Order: sequence, then C-alpha cells, then structure tokens
Amino acid sequence: MSRRPQIALLADGKRLHLQDGPIDLIVEAGGREADVLMAYEAATRRFSGLLDELCAELAELRKPANPERTALKGIVARRMHAAVAPFTADCFITPMAAVAGSVAEEILGAMLAAALLDRAYVNNGGDIALHLSGCEQFTIGLMDRPDARGVMRTMTVDAGDSVRGIATSGRHGRSFSLGIADAVTVLARTASRADAAATIIANAVDLPGHTAILRVPANELQPDNDLGDRLVTRDVGALTEHEIEEALEAGRRRAQQLLAAGLIEGAALRLLGETIAVGAREIAAPHPLHKAPIEYAIHA
Amino acid sequence: MGNLSYYAAAGFFRVACRLTGFGLARRIVRIRMNGPRCRREGCNGQACHWLANMAMEVTATSGDKIRCDACPVMCYIKPGAAGACDRYANHDGQLVRVDPHIVLERTVEHGGRVVPFQAGGDWDGKIVNQPDVFVTAIGAGTTYPDYKPAPFIVSSEVDGIDMVTVVTEGIFSYCGVKVKIDTDRHLGPETATVRAQGEAVGHVTTGEYGSQMLSLGGVHHLTGGSKKEGRVTCDTLMDLSNCKPVELTIDGGATVIVQAGRPPVVNGTAEERMRVGCGSATIGMFAKQWHGKVDEVVVVDDHITGVLSEHQAGKLLDIADTGIKMKGRRSTPGRYFQVAEPGTGWGGTNISDPLSVLGPFNAKEARPGLTMLMVSTTGEHAGYYVLDEALRPIEAEMPRDLRLSVERIQENCEPALCTVLFMGGAGGSLRAGVTDNPVRLTRSVKDALTRVTSGGAPVYVWPGGGITFMVDVTLMPAGAFGYVPTPALVAPIEFTMKLSDYAALGGHMDYIRPLSSLRDSAELRPMPYTPGRRA
Repeated sequence: MSRRPQIALLADGKRLHLQDGPIDLIVEAGGREADVLMAYEAATRRFSGLLDELCAELAELRKPANPERTALKGIVARRMHAAVAPFTADCFITPMAAVAGSVAEEILGAMLAAALLDRAYVNNGGDIALHLSGCEQFTIGLMDRPDARGVMRTMTVDAGDSVRGIATSGRHGRSFSLGIADAVTVLARTASRADAAATIIANAVDLPGHTAILRVPANELQPDNDLGDRLVTRDVGALTEHEIEEALEAGRRRAQQLLAAGLIEGAALRLLGETIAVGAREIAAPHPLHKAPIEYAIHA
Repeated sequence: MGNLSYYAAAGFFRVACRLTGFGLARRIVRIRMNGPRCRREGCNGQACHWLANMAMEVTATSGDKIRCDACPVMCYIKPGAAGACDRYANHDGQLVRVDPHIVLERTVEHGGRVVPFQAGGDWDGKIVNQPDVFVTAIGAGTTYPDYKPAPFIVSSEVDGIDMVTVVTEGIFSYCGVKVKIDTDRHLGPETATVRAQGEAVGHVTTGEYGSQMLSLGGVHHLTGGSKKEGRVTCDTLMDLSNCKPVELTIDGGATVIVQAGRPPVVNGTAEERMRVGCGSATIGMFAKQWHGKVDEVVVVDDHITGVLSEHQAGKLLDIADTGIKMKGRRSTPGRYFQVAEPGTGWGGTNISDPLSVLGPFNAKEARPGLTMLMVSTTGEHAGYYVLDEALRPIEAEMPRDLRLSVERIQENCEPALCTVLFMGGAGGSLRAGVTDNPVRLTRSVKDALTRVTSGGAPVYVWPGGGITFMVDVTLMPAGAFGYVPTPALVAPIEFTMKLSDYAALGGHMDYIRPLSSLRDSAELRPMPYTPGRRA
C-alpha cells in the first residue's frame, strides 16, 4: 500500500495540515515559536498511525455502543465510546458518531502535553477541539448551509467559557443523518462530546412520516455504513413555516435535555433558512457583519 | 493578529458527496480542457485522458461496488458514490480521485490560498502542460465586498504571449435568468407573474418564434420582496443555472417544468417538438407537396392560421377556391389571426376539435366530396375530412400521401427545449478584485482587449455601461453556481488579457501566480462529465 499521511504547513506558514484517509485536520497553535514547533511535532507524531489504530477496531466501532462496558482498547476508540455512552439508553448510536471530535481532541491533547500554548485548535472537518488560556478567545463563524457558502452568524469563545469543543452535524454532512436539520452546531466541554451530541440533536430535528422527506436505507448508499438499513435523509422537499417550526421544536427539546444534563453548553439548530439557539449566549444574535453584505450587495 | 476568525466548517467539508461526488465540484478549481476531447458532445468520460491517468488498481468485488484500498478504512463504494473520505469515488467501476480538498481549506480561510496536495502523488499533471487549458473561476472563491485581490490571478503562456486570467467568483445580486421555452402552447399572458413554490420569481415576457420567453430573478425579486421571496428566487435561479429541473407556475396560465437543455413539461405533458413555422409559413413550405392530393389544407395556429386555397402559395399553384369560411380575423389572403383562444390544444390554441375554427362552407364554391386536411403547426394533431351532401365536413381515414406529409411536418420540427441564459452584471466591487482602477477593466472589455468568460464558457457582453453578460448555462461545468444568504448568486467569471494590458489597467501584479504553481499544489480538477450537458 502506497499510503502515507500528508503532513505539511499550509501556504500561510502558520497552520499545519494533516490528512490520512478520511481524516483531514487543520491545526493552529499560538504561543512562543519554539512551543508552536514542539506542538506541531507532537501532533505529527501522534497523527502517524492513528488511522491504522482506529481501523484495527473498525468493526467494533461500527456496532451500537453498550453503555456498561466495551471491548475497545485504543484510547481514541474508548473516548468515542465514552462520548456516545450517555445516549445509548434511548437511541441507536455507535461510537462512529464521535470519531471526528475524538480524533481532534487526541491531537490537541498531544500538542498540549508537549508544549505550553496560549491557544490552539484542531479542526477535523468542522469538528473542532479548542485550547484557550489567559485572555485568549476564538471567533467562530456559523455556516448558513454546509453545501453553500456564507457565514450566518459569528460568536466568541473565550478562555473563561467552559466550551472546548465545537461540532456540526446535519443532513448535508459527510455522515448520514436520521433527521432533516441542515446544520446543528453544538458547543460542549470537549470535541468528542460535541460531536456525539450534534449527531443526536440533528437526528431529533425531524418530521417523522412526512411525505416531502426522502429517506433511503443507509446501506443502500454506503454498503458498510454503521447505520445499516436505518433510513437516512436524502432530500427534504417544501415544508410550511409551521412544519419547519415543529421540526426545530423537536430538536430544541432534545437539545434542552442535553443542556440540563450538562452534556452540552449550547447549540444552534438550522433548518430551511430558520435558526434557533439553545443555551448558548451570543449565538442567537446575528453578527453585525451579517447585515452589511445585504446593503452592499445591492450595489454590487 | 487579534481575533482569529475561522468557520465552524460544519458539513461544509462533508458535503454530501455520495451521489453527487462529481457534482459538488464547484468549490474546486478545475482545469477545463478547451480542446475537442472533452467538450465533444457524447464524450463518456472513459475516453478522457485524465480518467485513464487516474484509474487505479481496484480490488474486484461482487456486483458493481468496488473496494477502495487507498487507506485502511477500505470502503466499499457504489457506482457514482464516494468513500468515507470524499476523495475517492467509483466512476463507472473505476476508482478515481475526486479531491474535495480545497473545500476544507476554503472553509477555514474564506478566499484563502489552497492546500498543497500530495506533491509527487498520483496526479501526473500532464493536462496542465497542454497549451489549451483554462483555469475556471469555479471554486476560486471571492471576498465580499470585493476589495481584496481576486483569489487567483493566474498567468500562463499562450502563443508566446504572457497571458493573465483573473479568476474570481462574482456575487451577483443583480442577476437573473432568461428562459426560452420551445412550445406553441399558451403558457400564460404576457407580464403574468411566474411563481416557484408560490413565490413570485419573475414574469412572462415576449412570445418569440416557436417559443415563449420568461424573465426570472432580478434585483427586485432577490432583495425587494419578502425574505421568503428572496430565498426562493435565489434557489430557483441557482437550480435553473445548475441545469436542474424547476417547476414554475404562471398566474392565469400553465404549470411548466423547466430544465436547461431538456424539453419543457407543460401541465404534465412533455413537449416534443418545436413548430416548423407559423401556420402560414407551413402552407408555404408544403403547398407543392399537397398539390393534387387534397383540395384544401388548414394549418391551425394560435398566431397565424394558414388556408391553402386562399394563400399566395395556393394561388400560384392554381388551387381552386373551396368555399371555406374561417373564423378569426383575416390578415392577408389565407392568413388568419385569433381563430380561437390561446391554450394547450391544437397549434397553441384552446381547441380540441379543429372544425370549431370553421364556419359553414359557401355553397357557391364548395361541392360534396371535397377533401380537406387540418393539421397543427407541429404535425402533432391532424385530421382528414370529406364534405358530405350537405357540405358538412365528415372525418375520414387519412390517405397515405397526406399522412406522410404530416409526418414530414413533424420531421421538420426541431426538438423542443428549454434554454436558460444566466445574466449578471459585474459591478464596481467585483471589478475591484481584478484591478485597482475598476473602470479601466470595463473599458478594456469594451475594447476587446479583455475576454470575459464564465466557467470557461463564452459570454455575450451587453453594449453600454458596466459589464453585463449572458451565458448559456449548459456550456458551463456542472454545479458552477452557488449562493450566499444575502441572497445573491455566486457565479464564476474570468477575465483574460495580455499581461501587459493587465499591468496597464492597474492589475494586482503582486498577486499573479504562474499556472505551474497551481499545478504544483494540485488544486486542479478535470471537468466532470455530466450527461446531457454540452460542456
């Protein structure tokens, strides 16, 4: 096999790009130059072989999680299992629902163990692990729809917040969704928890049995998908405003349960142009930048 | 740096790739081969050079699935689908690279530089060395407002001249589509509102030869109405421009499914043929073929119904008067307007019984046994009649000769299609992404020093102020259009000019990248083949 992970600095010379199979990470660390260098070396070391480690247990990772015990051995695999365990009681979920966030968390952990950093992030295709210290902060942009461009809102996460993980799930994603949400973005204490919770909430944004929603067994699309023959959303037709509200409300109830249980810090749910926020503060308020383009655009 | 802004990439990177692995490529800079190989209609992709180059060894498995061995995940991939990485796909049983790499990077840094992709990997870069490659703007990204230099300013050597292509994706709030629907059927009155999902998205405009024009979009529908109107208009324009089918309902008229390059479907019936000509023209074209085989011919047409015995063409052949009496308003001999109301029946009228456009035959000229053919302008409807003793036309079986002439009319009707022209204006701020003195770009385009293309397709630039252009969307690569929530459409636009001309008009010379630098970072992607497209 000719495979080798891709490890390179991006053209800006600041960010590290790590890619291996389906894992694609953008990493940036802030701090003293020597620390950043050490952090990147640590990230690279940890990254090499990580995919093989996961694939060795892939069959087990694709099975529904048992909350009591697990046969999984790898540290990332066990983190995936732990992230989905709180949800196994009342719905179908496999550790794969938390793979992206868990990998991001692992790489960030390796960097922090090797160097003292002011702040850092590991972005695994939208599932992001954060590190913040002192007065550092990140500005996060939320996408309107994942298959198109445009930032709807922005929000700020600073070192005082408990948020260290961000993840987005929805029907446009690389993974399938059982729900109809365009995007559910979750803030949580860790990236792996955010990843699992985003999946759960996106699944809850739904109108069961609605005829305008096209659903297809997952294994018809991807023969070895962990969702098996469960119906995944392929298309959402026209919905009335009331139906959009109803679907979002179902998602909101689920998100509020998770918020009350301390599993997430906040969430933004988006469906067909409508957005609702749960818990998190600034997400609800559109960023002033959002308004500006409309005015300019008329004169484009 | 103060705040570092980045986007929660969301599914952006995880764009639903499975069934559209080749369709989502609008975010990826592609090299378009302008040579005949891939532009040729009917190119099935397999003969394409790039596919041959990119084909990899695959493990044979049962059925049509293939097993990808590019990484230890070892995905089974169905035809037309991509693996878990969205990077490798099953294209007609071959494992090919689809490379959505830049999507993530674009997400991370809007309009930023692109990710180097495995230099020395399995891309051999050959295509780039061909002189006729063209860098399209699709996926080039842009900033808004466009005060920054366009994301890619690419120079390449063409015929020894240092050429420059300024590649950007424009955000067009001032944009729309002009739709030409080949049909004789009445779609709705002129100026009637055209709706999608119940929202007003445009209006019916002029009727043209064998077709009806619609004008959709424009700034008033995009930004002047309700929030939903703007969103639906934006979706409608994007889908039409991306050659997807869209159902449009016309106030006081028909429901029509429009898809660029496909026949229109009017009230559930697919249109097959475009009229051979108006009723009068049809008489002129076929008069000789009918001469001696039938006494009278009426070509039923909502616009101009033709009558053989009265028509100039009949007179020249000495065809005798038949005593026929037409309803409607006579324009010139043998040519009648308004024989019926417009509709979706015979020849774009509302009738299903052609005899309803006739009055009683005049007994002075008519005689029992006189024969008459009635036919629509597309040959789709036809009937043969013989006058009885009371001079009433009675339908009879059509003689073979006449049946052949009806078939000839059908044969001469071209297939009915919908055509969609995207029309947009490259205004002040977009031009600023190309040069720091925007008006010089406009002048340069007018002076024909700068060639404008959209996704590599030729455009028509309107005379007059600004750079307002129209482009046939079927000539553009798949998925060339996107949108921003403003709402506005994102369309590719390229300006190609001599390097010296670019410098003279105040170009961003510092940002010019040689074409080879694009190749090295392999942010290139061959044009995907989409059936039904001419690109």
